[in-house]
Amino acid sequence: MSVLNSKVPKGPIKDKWTTYKDKINLVNPANKRHIDIIVVGTGLAGGSAAATLAELGYNVKAFCYQDSPRRAHSIAAQGGINAAKNYQGDGDSTYRLFYDTVKGGDYRSREANVYRLAEVSTNIIDQCVAQGVPFARDYGGLLDNRSFGGVLVSRTFYAKGQTGQQLLLGAYSAMNRQIARGKIQMYNRHEMLDVVKVDGKARGIIARDLITGKIERHSAHAVVIASGGYGNVYFLSTNAMGSNATAAWKIHKKGAFFANPCYTQIHPTCIPRSGDYQSKLTLMSESLRNDGRIWVPKNMDDVMAIREGRKKPTDLSEDERDYYLERRYPAFGNLVPRDVASRAAKERCDAGYGVNATGEAVYLDFAAAIERYGKEQAKIHHIENPSKAKITELGEAIVEAKYGNLFQMYEKIVDQNPYKTPMMIYPAVHYTMGGVWVDYNLMTTIPGCYCIGEANFSDHGANRLGASALMQGLADGYFVLPYTIGDYLSDDIRTGPIPTDSKEFDDVEKEVKDRIDFFMNNKGTKSVDYFHKKLGGIMWDKVGMSRNATGLKEAMVEIKAIREEFWKEVKVPGGANEMNPELEKAGRVADFLELGELFAKDALTREESCGGHFREESAEEDGPQKGEAKRNDKDFAFVSAWEYKGEPADAVLHKEELEFKDIELKQRSYK
Amino acid sequence: MSGFFKSSIGRKVAMALSAFFLMFFLIIHLAVNITSLFSVELFNQLSHFMGTNPLIQLALQPVLIFGVVFHFVMGFVLEIKNKKARQISYAKNNGAANSTWISRNMIYSGLVILAFLVLHFIDFWFPEMKVKYIEGDMTGMIAGTQEFRYFDELQHKFLEPWRVGAYVLAFVFLALHLLHGFTSAFQSMGSTAGRKKALQNFGKIYAYAIPLGFIVIAVWHHFNHL
Amino acid sequence: MNLTLKIWRQKDSNTKGQMVDYKVTDISEHMSFLEMMDVLNEQLVNSGEEPVAFDHDCREGICGMCSMYINGEAHGPDRGITTCQLHMRMFKDGDTITIEPWRAKAFPVIKDLVVDRTAFERIQQAGGYISVNTSGNTQDANAIPISKHAADEAMDAAACIGCGACVATCKNSSAMLFVGAKVSQYALLPQGQIEAADRVRNMVEQMDAEGFGNCTNTGACEVECPKGISLDTIARMNRELMKANLK
Repeated sequence: MSVLNSKVPKGPIKDKWTTYKDKINLVNPANKRHIDIIVVGTGLAGGSAAATLAELGYNVKAFCYQDSPRRAHSIAAQGGINAAKNYQGDGDSTYRLFYDTVKGGDYRSREANVYRLAEVSTNIIDQCVAQGVPFARDYGGLLDNRSFGGVLVSRTFYAKGQTGQQLLLGAYSAMNRQIARGKIQMYNRHEMLDVVKVDGKARGIIARDLITGKIERHSAHAVVIASGGYGNVYFLSTNAMGSNATAAWKIHKKGAFFANPCYTQIHPTCIPRSGDYQSKLTLMSESLRNDGRIWVPKNMDDVMAIREGRKKPTDLSEDERDYYLERRYPAFGNLVPRDVASRAAKERCDAGYGVNATGEAVYLDFAAAIERYGKEQAKIHHIENPSKAKITELGEAIVEAKYGNLFQMYEKIVDQNPYKTPMMIYPAVHYTMGGVWVDYNLMTTIPGCYCIGEANFSDHGANRLGASALMQGLADGYFVLPYTIGDYLSDDIRTGPIPTDSKEFDDVEKEVKDRIDFFMNNKGTKSVDYFHKKLGGIMWDKVGMSRNATGLKEAMVEIKAIREEFWKEVKVPGGANEMNPELEKAGRVADFLELGELFAKDALTREESCGGHFREESAEEDGPQKGEAKRNDKDFAFVSAWEYKGEPADAVLHKEELEFKDIELKQRSYK
Repeated sequence: MSGFFKSSIGRKVAMALSAFFLMFFLIIHLAVNITSLFSVELFNQLSHFMGTNPLIQLALQPVLIFGVVFHFVMGFVLEIKNKKARQISYAKNNGAANSTWISRNMIYSGLVILAFLVLHFIDFWFPEMKVKYIEGDMTGMIAGTQEFRYFDELQHKFLEPWRVGAYVLAFVFLALHLLHGFTSAFQSMGSTAGRKKALQNFGKIYAYAIPLGFIVIAVWHHFNHL
Repeated sequence: MNLTLKIWRQKDSNTKGQMVDYKVTDISEHMSFLEMMDVLNEQLVNSGEEPVAFDHDCREGICGMCSMYINGEAHGPDRGITTCQLHMRMFKDGDTITIEPWRAKAFPVIKDLVVDRTAFERIQQAGGYISVNTSGNTQDANAIPISKHAADEAMDAAACIGCGACVATCKNSSAMLFVGAKVSQYALLPQGQIEAADRVRNMVEQMDAEGFGNCTNTGACEVECPKGISLDTIARMNRELMKANLK
């Protein structure tokens, strides 16, 4: 038997969570006062967990590297949050949300976890409304829903284009209430640099005060990692500049298995890169694809003319345009899932049809939608024989009402008016489905060390559906972890405070300090960003949207070489005992340089295409699906959980076999 | 409630309340003075009434003085507090990009108005107090005649061009002060009415009309001295 | 384009700072302002100098971390944006750009352009929440209908990102737009009514204790606010506080 025990409870899937909750051990309220919990990261998962644990009575210490918990990158989520409320009466149910999520994840997630997620999704909405989250409402005063990619019902709740922000501010307000009560001790501008294990259990962390540079010891009875995803391994992503994998990677190195690192979501509608100086990419909501048509020119001459500024996209007639998604996927057209849309854009740009100077951009055109809406409005307003200008005016008003903020954002960045000329878009790294392996309790393979939110691997399989990340973060933090952690902590009611003057703390603190000293003393010649950009380049080219064995093997070798160069040549100015952003970056990039290699190794091992992971060797060879991703359920229906053994290349694979008892496995088709 | 007026917002409200009172007073003051342009008799009667009515003299006048003093003192207190809230100032600050000069410099328009009030008190109020309450002459008559002294005194004061000039200048600053102060007071009182076009327009009319009225009176009497 | 930058450098909160001049060359007009700062910092690192510390994170205008006073304006000369959304096309070749940290007693400088905004945290902790347990066992989300108008207005107030531009730009360093936005969000929703009086009293008390100045209704905050928070939120807060004290 595998060393991995997912601890999924027995019984029918719809009763698992309820029955399990009834039976697990609890800690009585008086004893919770004697138990400390560390929460690292204060996004939707960490923030909601910290608030709830504190409310239950535990003593919580929460850490974030930003100057306020409110700034965690969950705040950037635009579109919405799914919940199986079925307020629209369109046939939604817990089962359907569960089914959509498993299918959307290309059958690589753990059924029991996903069902639980769907089950608690409705509580999230109740909770958030009670907290004063201003969700959009209809004229009757009830909550409004919108529909999102890949599903057949309207189950997405939203707060303008700022759903993530509002949900995070809700969790943040719940935290503030507990901070005011003294139940949460908040450590802003602190970064966890390692985990401390005592007798094999996670008992604390070493953190650096980012203002003074002081290395601090913090002990607790359990440690919760909620530090988000590792998309910044690509250097360019839609993640925040500070988003990093250090907390997750450090627990990995201390014994937590890392699962499915190769599952990365590349979001199709991002603003393209404009030059080498680019520091990050900006995402625009997927909802744009409801009304925008994606195309590139049919003829190479036109591509060149556009790049050189001799022609404008609006000069091209309909038959000079290649609406490649509509051509390849007549059934779903521009609304194919994220991974399919992203790969199709890459395919066209690789073939040389990219429409901007970098050759990495396709058009997202609203002209047809503007005309359609314009005519519709003219009818509604009884305007006979409207002029073209009138139609455009009416149509633009509708498009503005739907996407005004996105259009404005685009215009601010690109300096082009998307009402008049098509937007340029290109896929960008957005979310990482992979992460630290956790069991049903959300505990990692280190006892007492939990991992929640994007940082863990559990719910989205190989691909995440739109509006599900927010759902998972809050489900983990508000409603799952606070229950399951009690089961573990019930053994700790007599342990008493964990001392920080032990040898274990001494040792880990020394490791951390040694590494900082190394950075401060290394006489290198190259900046941290130099290495990060180089790593990102390899990741994007060889471990990006489409992957093959040769490229992945090369990537592993190259990443290792960069890592070796990094440790010789990195240059970190400033001092250790002060605010030093370069030092912070150095530590994070050092970890990315290891993670990147494991990432490539995982992608190499998984010789199938599934979700965000596309192996060129595993594509349909003929028939109507020719060229499309081909999943291999016979050989690869498992979770790859990697055990750290020194070098990333030496990591040992443990398989958690995935069983699908409640869902039939099917090949996805969008033709 | 005393706690309320110690809070930052309470003080704003207090500023606004005193401002409303002062703005109301300006209307009365102008209404009385404007009569001097067309009816000596009416002006004299109104002046006498205002100057001798016990309710006005013993109740409203102290309230007015308190209002004036309060508005100034609180204005200074807040200004000092606000200055303290930024200890190092910007090397480069482009205030004009986001607000009007007037709104940022209420303290200066206020100071000009204060200086004017000192002159105005010396011109009218102190002599008046002396005649009425120290000399005990409550008749309002020019000594030894049956004629009211008010109009005569008024005209006499505006003989000198420098005083007329000072008054006009002060009224210009009063206009500036009111241009921001009128709508600002609504905002401080928790009303968004001051942000509505209609009231903003009314505020503008008020801010121009009141000082203009006073200017006309001063200039008129300067040039129409008999 | 080539630019001269005048940047506030300060080692830490205990050291005196000063403006230092730097030159950057070959800046593309498509760069964001912070990418231009990245170029400067890369240049400084390579020449062995300490890079300029500045707060930034999401770089898409929502986290509220970035905070620079550029050429005399919070978040620079453009409107409706944060510093990270400012692009170099707003400047011309040969320009001199003055870059300073937020200036307010309540926002002490930590280093260079980084300031300490924890005063905002303490204000929120004083009452910027609804006291509801996070058990999920509340009533159904649709149990209380809320008018679309109120919900939309609450959302507009809730859009505040807590960047502190309002304080930085206010001639009085007043935090009233920030506090007014939070008070308004809850005041507009039925969920917020139960604790409304205590909330506004406590938050205003904390705001005053932090040493922010008083509002004189210049309206500068509203103009510079990257999220267009309305001055009406301040009026509402004033009203709420009066109401709370009349009870």
